[in-house]
Amino acid sequence: MKFVVRALILTSVLAVAACSNPDRFGDDVYLNGGGAAGVAGSVDDPTSPLYFQQAVGDRIFFAVDQSTLSDAAKLTLDGQAEWLSTNGDFSAIIEGHADEQGTREYNLALGARRANTVQEYLVSRGVSPSRLKVVSYGKERPIEICSVESCYAKNRRAVTVISAGMSS
Amino acid sequence: MMKQFLTLLLAVVALSVPITAQAAPLRIEITEGVIEPLPFAAPDFVPENSAARQLAQDLAQVVADDLAGTGLFRQIPDSAFISQISSFSSPVQFADWKAINAQALITGAVNLESNGRLVVKFRLYDVFAGQELGGGLQFAGTQDGWRRMAHKVADAVYSRITGEGGYFDSRVVYVNETGPKNDRKKRLAIMDYDGANVQYLTDSRSIVLAPRFSPTGDRILYTSYETGFPRIYLLDVASVRRRVLEDQTGTMSFAPRFGPDGQTVVYSVTQGGNTDIYRMDVSTGSAQRLTSAASIETAPSFSPDGSQIVFESDRSGTPQMYIMSATGGEPRRISFGQGRYGTPVWSPRGDLIAFTKQSKGRFHIGVMRTDGSEERLLTASFLDEGPTWSPNGRVIMFTRETQGAGGQASLYSVDISGRNLKRVKTLGGASDPAWSPLQN
Repeated sequence: MKFVVRALILTSVLAVAACSNPDRFGDDVYLNGGGAAGVAGSVDDPTSPLYFQQAVGDRIFFAVDQSTLSDAAKLTLDGQAEWLSTNGDFSAIIEGHADEQGTREYNLALGARRANTVQEYLVSRGVSPSRLKVVSYGKERPIEICSVESCYAKNRRAVTVISAGMSS
Repeated sequence: MMKQFLTLLLAVVALSVPITAQAAPLRIEITEGVIEPLPFAAPDFVPENSAARQLAQDLAQVVADDLAGTGLFRQIPDSAFISQISSFSSPVQFADWKAINAQALITGAVNLESNGRLVVKFRLYDVFAGQELGGGLQFAGTQDGWRRMAHKVADAVYSRITGEGGYFDSRVVYVNETGPKNDRKKRLAIMDYDGANVQYLTDSRSIVLAPRFSPTGDRILYTSYETGFPRIYLLDVASVRRRVLEDQTGTMSFAPRFGPDGQTVVYSVTQGGNTDIYRMDVSTGSAQRLTSAASIETAPSFSPDGSQIVFESDRSGTPQMYIMSATGGEPRRISFGQGRYGTPVWSPRGDLIAFTKQSKGRFHIGVMRTDGSEERLLTASFLDEGPTWSPNGRVIMFTRETQGAGGQASLYSVDISGRNLKRVKTLGGASDPAWSPLQN
């Protein structure tokens, strides 16, 4: 019986050229995403971002798959617009979020719709668009982690995160 | 002898003979709906020098695991063997293998040379026909590539018996997940299709999403929040160097996927709250908008010939799947069933679209023909999403996430027949798998 040799040379770069330790990046430091942790200022100081977050209200909520503003949401956003008008040194990033029901891609797009609705509303209330940025986290940054509607309702949100200085 | 085998195989195709224990030729028709896995024996390969002893065992085991893992084959344990394979070139005692009902016998020899070069030979026997199936093959490479050589042996066996391309010598890029649900850390990882040889490609400082291989497997597209906003990056696998691909201020870009030319990328851009599909030439960076509806258009995927794009849109009110020309234009809707359809992915064979379906509070991975007919749901769970095709278009890998506060994501695979659902071994949580093409 003849042995047919078909040689195939596999070079040493078979695998990803890297050391064998998969953990070559070392410890993880989580830097961005989700916002709102460690907000500056005192809640008693009406010019502080913490006051904005706690007293004015930094977030509004949406119905399933929706990006329209409820009356309660508009009330909160009116307060946000007023605060931003009074505190002209601050800018804001509006984060749109979705609950976990939905694909990753669709939820990214849905979160963007929600953030944009908030931006448009704030602009309509006199906030300069140059002070507002929008970002969507889709379903990547839930604040509530249970898998029932009570949690989902809190995750379908847009959060206005105050930052110092004008946005560039 | 080769000609004889060809004749034999052609005869089988013509008759579509189902697999039975005796007398049937060594052949699996995957499309026939195999219920009874084909029993095979893969005795330890023969070490040709003492340095190769351990590798000879390990190689045979990886080959056996690959084959048994398909659900189409069943390994006969070594303890049942009547005779051993102590020499690669000696004649096989077919009667001894027939007696234990081994329909296929895989033998191999391993030589580890002093310079570190590893040489692996193998033969496949059709035991009941009493002859070899296909010629012997030899692979050579460095020792650290031994698993790939085993996968190549298994791919050859799989191909010869099923008539389909193999998929074992392939890799999967995915998102490694650690930490609780409300503070999840994500980073890109790459591994062999079976979970071996894991390496991380990014750190977990920024959220990373949905990596996708280039058609040659040497580059990866993914989405990262590195700048604070989702942007598409292109990463070179060998050097781990990356560059941002789409960088327009005030926009988000995500859901990238290569076209078959490895040059064109389709992706989504969100501007002013509206998400549409674009295509870009990665070498020139010139981009072209393909959709301009007020609805969400995302998750684009090229047909294998590059002429069409399947994508997801909620223009009808709910997310559904559409196909348009690769240069844009009026799309036609292909999903009409009850529920929401997303993340369509064109199969490498061109015949099917895999998708995520959401219906009555459950998620499914399914497939349908490109005209929307013959929809088949392969899985059901609290959350299944993001299918990716094996290189031969026979298996789908996807993300499954469990419910509740302790919810974790892991990778699963399932045959397009709906059989052989199983978890893919990963280190820690895992999501968003993308299967590479077969390696060269």
